[in-house]
Amino acid sequence: MATKNIAGVSVNVDDEGYLTDPSQWTREIATEIAKEENIELTDKHFEVLEFLRKEFETGAQLTIRKVGKSGIIDIKGLYDLFPGGPLKKSSRIAGIPKPTSCV
Amino acid sequence: MFNPLIQNKMNQKEEKPLKKVCIICAKGSIEDVYATLVMANGAVMEGIEAKVFFTFFGLDAITKKQMKKLHTGVVGNPAMRMPGGIPFPTLLGIIPGVEAGVSAMMKKQMENLDIPPVDEFLDMITAGGGEIYACKLATDMFKLKKEDLSEHVIDIITVGDFYAMAGGENTQIIFT
Repeated sequence: MATKNIAGVSVNVDDEGYLTDPSQWTREIATEIAKEENIELTDKHFEVLEFLRKEFETGAQLTIRKVGKSGIIDIKGLYDLFPGGPLKKSSRIAGIPKPTSCV
Repeated sequence: MFNPLIQNKMNQKEEKPLKKVCIICAKGSIEDVYATLVMANGAVMEGIEAKVFFTFFGLDAITKKQMKKLHTGVVGNPAMRMPGGIPFPTLLGIIPGVEAGVSAMMKKQMENLDIPPVDEFLDMITAGGGEIYACKLATDMFKLKKEDLSEHVIDIITVGDFYAMAGGENTQIIFT
């Protein structure tokens, strides 16, 4: 397993840069990963990230539909926050594994 | 997941990522329509531009009156099985209500996997920038007008218009 230094902390990541241990995640790490994706995080981003992390903890399969029904943001808004990869980019920034669902 | 086969292929010849998919849906059964919708939605979720062209019986998927009533064929479908894996006798399929029952069951199982109904799926695809079109020839044939179609349909276009949209590097046309 590879380790990577993000925001001054050494974290475990997979080949594609997803954190393999979500408990190592911090807001600073999120900000750094987001920068790699050219995204500047706002409070709204963090609301989505927290939602994803909470859903992931319950063992739920994450989908953009679920985020769209979360009451935090609609799907269009999710695309606006994480352009070009709403679920993959948000998951990577949220410090959870790459989503495995097809929707 | 790291796949050595794919990696090896990529090393041999530099592959450029897909930029655009143009997907044609010509059939109106649940499985044909969903193949199209899943692929289109999957594309926009990966940042790939998606244009979807519905034609012939595929038009049911974007026709307001029909889009909520798609069925799967239970007659002459050799892959159809009952719960538990026993082959589904074709003769059973001709009994009124069986096709509707099987279709309802399929929709329920998809809902459990968070796969939305057709209209909501179109919402998701267009929210991601995907574009939905109807075929001019087929709408003429089925006597459908723009107002009969889902509000997500951008326009009724000819096959020539469709090909004109399919230009550009790393574009693929997919016929589901």
